[in-house]
Amino acid sequence: MTSANPEPTDGGTATATSPETVPDTLSTGSAASAELLASSVGEYARIMLRRIRGGESGALPVIVGLVAIVLFFQIRNSLFLSAGNLVNLMTQAAFIITLGMAEVFVLLLGEIDLAAGFTAANGAVLALWMMAAGNPWWLSVIAALAATSAYGALQGLIITRLRLPSFVVTLAGLLGLGGLVLFLINSSGRLGLGGVITLQNNIINDIEAGSLSPVASWIVMIALVALAGSLTFLRDRRRRVNGLVAPPQSITLIKIAVYAVAGAVVILVANVNRGRLLPLRGLPWVVLVVLAILTCYTLLLGRTRFGRYVYAIGGNAEAARRAGINTTRIRTLAFTLTGLTAGITGIIYASYLGSISNSVNGGETVLYGVAAAVIGGTSLFGGRGKMLDALLGGLVVGVIYNGLELLGLSASAQLMWTALVLLAAVAVDGLTRRGQNTS
Amino acid sequence: MTGSPHDGARLAEAGRAPSGARDEVATTGEPLLRLRGIGKHFGPVQALAGIDLDVPAGQVTALVGDNGAGKSTLIKTISGIWEPSEGQIIWQGRHVHFRTPKDATDAGIATVYQDLALCDNLDIVQNMLLGHEIRRHLLLDEVTMEKTAKRTLHDLRVTTVRNIRQTVGSLSGGQRQAVAVAKAVMLDARLVIMDEPTAALGVSQTALVLDLITRLASRGIAVIVVSHNLNDVFKVADRIAVLYLGRLVEVGPAPEYDTASVVDLMTTGMSQRSRTANGLAPTPDSGQEG
Repeated sequence: MTSANPEPTDGGTATATSPETVPDTLSTGSAASAELLASSVGEYARIMLRRIRGGESGALPVIVGLVAIVLFFQIRNSLFLSAGNLVNLMTQAAFIITLGMAEVFVLLLGEIDLAAGFTAANGAVLALWMMAAGNPWWLSVIAALAATSAYGALQGLIITRLRLPSFVVTLAGLLGLGGLVLFLINSSGRLGLGGVITLQNNIINDIEAGSLSPVASWIVMIALVALAGSLTFLRDRRRRVNGLVAPPQSITLIKIAVYAVAGAVVILVANVNRGRLLPLRGLPWVVLVVLAILTCYTLLLGRTRFGRYVYAIGGNAEAARRAGINTTRIRTLAFTLTGLTAGITGIIYASYLGSISNSVNGGETVLYGVAAAVIGGTSLFGGRGKMLDALLGGLVVGVIYNGLELLGLSASAQLMWTALVLLAAVAVDGLTRRGQNTS
Repeated sequence: MTGSPHDGARLAEAGRAPSGARDEVATTGEPLLRLRGIGKHFGPVQALAGIDLDVPAGQVTALVGDNGAGKSTLIKTISGIWEPSEGQIIWQGRHVHFRTPKDATDAGIATVYQDLALCDNLDIVQNMLLGHEIRRHLLLDEVTMEKTAKRTLHDLRVTTVRNIRQTVGSLSGGQRQAVAVAKAVMLDARLVIMDEPTAALGVSQTALVLDLITRLASRGIAVIVVSHNLNDVFKVADRIAVLYLGRLVEVGPAPEYDTASVVDLMTTGMSQRSRTANGLAPTPDSGQEG
């Protein structure tokens, strides 16, 4: 029963209450990470199975759902799993994924940012303006990201200082920024003829449109897998060496193998020639951009004080406050990061479209972002979720979008299907919470 | 964001510190905390008046009283939530004024409220070190934190937890209480105030918590327990202080009372069954109040 925490042997002054009178209260505790408790692969599988039955399924529902949707589309149209379409899917899903990541910061606090879609649009307009005016691309991007971060910080300050609900403050932001983006595009004179500002920079354009060479794709992916694998291996070994609960080496190696296989599959798909007239191969740059953001943010949430405090505030804000955490500052910072990530999303979006027009629908886009995070498993009630959720959920949204388009179905079908998937995801979230409460 | 580079070293020391503290207590007679003439009023309502109470280190002081007797007000005054309207708090021989709960916590007074102030979504280690994380190269040092937490739990003999990486939300009531107490101990608390620690617990869980309270005291930590449950009080308390309508009507060593006399004191402010009737002479210590 106490494999991780052996009974102390130094006897002791067991008072009126001897340990024997304390029954095994452990059956309630099933939330521990299965990989830490398992001592073999078989045991790991058994623990995982028990946790799934107990309503704690982690990323499993979204992965199962993704596979099911992919199979559905593949049966209906054999082009769905073609290399060309899969790469297309990666580029389509990228801005939904990054917007989902933007929302994860505030969703973890139990807040929401409805303005993020239009924050992204305004950031894109600013960057495209500056580039059209002859500024270098990096300066334009930095200025756009600074502006969207500043806007995120402003929202955070209003929400935390005036103690207003984020839903309403960011709804105001949604409306106001929606108006602002129209004003900016319509008043941009010859830059925005016909309500469209064109992207005039090859580097930014290549985020979505350009690819690494096939050889470079392999080199980059092997380097990434090697890095992730060795970090995983070293971390698990450090835990084992220090006598802490740690996964068995076989589990560690299986995890690294999964990274390697996933990386290899992506590169194999991306390196197939998908050009019609000219050969076109290699990993789109945007995949690397998304992976880089995912890595940074995962590190930020999982391994820094800021990240720990975000989870703490989302779990129990009063406990966080009593622990001496400056909750106002952390929450403002989270909104700032949402603004920053929305700015990145705007750049990716502009690169995807090659322009920004006054018909940009930031309201719908932000809901896709929220949907991505929630479908991936991030709770709307705060405290639970991670950056990877936005990636998985964003892929689900992207697959529906892409697949229904491939089947020639209208926008109405796309919206309704996305709605059903979102509902299913929220239902899984709710059932999970109920399962935890009753266990 | 908060905390200092010394946190790590301080926490690492936490496991060993109390043995020294205990010797110190044994040699000095000065109570850790002295309240002198503490009063608190909210507008015209007098919640507390003229409270004189000594809280010695290494002992469990039970604070009992009926609803509205002022127990919560008193502990909130000690833990810095409310400043007293009058009177003095003397902590480790020095006059102190706690303006915020943080002042009290920094001085070494930890309060474990009924709601425990734990984050259900975080695991035991994360909860125990919340606000005092140890870092290595700017990143959280999970290994050192887990070792530190493990040692503190081991010192407190909290052994019913299978895995200290499980979320606090999955723990039983007694285990949650244990985590909250371990968190206080880890931050070098010299006085731990516990508000109704057994109120929501079953029999076995109560036993677990009472055991923990005794263990805290044996480590030289002063413990104030606020409780309605006189059974539990008599199991752990070294001293009993009875509040009645905002006044401290009795304080003395626990063996001098029985359930009946304490109930009398709680409900009427006096007891027909005097202490001498139980065959025990009143001690000078307990005679100072009154």
